Amino acid sequence: MRIVVNGEDKDVDDGSSLTALVDDLGLAERRVVVELNQTIIDKTEYSETALADGDSLEIIQFVPGG
Amino acid sequence: MKSLIKVNENDVRWVEGMTLSELQTRYKPKADITVYNGFPVTDDIEVQPGDTVSFIRRGEKPGPEEMKRLLVARHSPQIYEKVNQRTIGIAGVGGLGSSLAIALARLSVGTLVLADFDIVEPSNLNRQQYLISQIGSLKVNALKDNLGAINPYLKIEIHAVKIDGSNIKEVFGDCDVIAECFDNPESKSELVEFVLKHLTAPIVAVSGIAGYQDVEKLLCRKLFDRLYVIGDGVTAAAPGMGLMAPKVGVAAHLQANKILELLLEMG
Repeated sequence: MRIVVNGEDKDVDDGSSLTALVDDLGLAERRVVVELNQTIIDKTEYSETALADGDSLEIIQFVPGG
Repeated sequence: MKSLIKVNENDVRWVEGMTLSELQTRYKPKADITVYNGFPVTDDIEVQPGDTVSFIRRGEKPGPEEMKRLLVARHSPQIYEKVNQRTIGIAGVGGLGSSLAIALARLSVGTLVLADFDIVEPSNLNRQQYLISQIGSLKVNALKDNLGAINPYLKIEIHAVKIDGSNIKEVFGDCDVIAECFDNPESKSELVEFVLKHLTAPIVAVSGIAGYQDVEKLLCRKLFDRLYVIGDGVTAAAPGMGLMAPKVGVAAHLQANKILELLLEMG
């Protein structure tokens, strides 16, 4: 199935979880904030959040420094 | 109805043809700085009804009442009144948070809510707004002292706690805008996620400000509905790529400027 991540199309396996996607993108779950179809998803819900064809995601990963 | 102007914050009846030099001679003959409608001027100008004029004598230490008037005089009218009633939360008062707090104190925001569990250490002094004499003090206490010496009318609320999901609402729940100024990316993520999910205030965060290169890439981007992020998003603090006063200071002041914009949009 096809989803959109930060404005770019991406193919993922049917029924992939948000945890799997974050991992596949090489991102660290505890450093990201994810918006799925304009709703912020709580980190505690990543593993049970199943992605669907056509989903649109915005993901930001924070880097150290302040 | 008679027309008025403000001279050193006192109401003065306006008379047609009245000039700055006449007012200065009458109200503060020894003044050498004239601030006209929030801006220092040297020309003699004919004043108009509604104008605000302050005369300042260079080097003179004013009493408390006059001090307040003089501090306010340099603010742009209409901006001071708006920001002075607002509350801004600063999560983390290290390199970003300490510089941001000073900028907001000079802007005369109403209240700052400062949260940080850490103490001042020698390794902080390359970029953070503390003094050698403050080493060992809680950062929130040291910053409160420094801010009070700049703007004694600023209200400051301090929380010497580690911020996490259990206390974000209690500490920052009443803030009009929240600034994310942590060093640690997990803390950045936790705060931003919580604020977007559970609070209604906008949040101005930072990511990617190490080193000194490409400082012009530190633009403010709007991501999501209420999240603004300053930084290039990738340049992490790491061995050989430290945090330095100039670039961290630029980021902190971009945060301050975005916060000012957001406060003014709130009306």
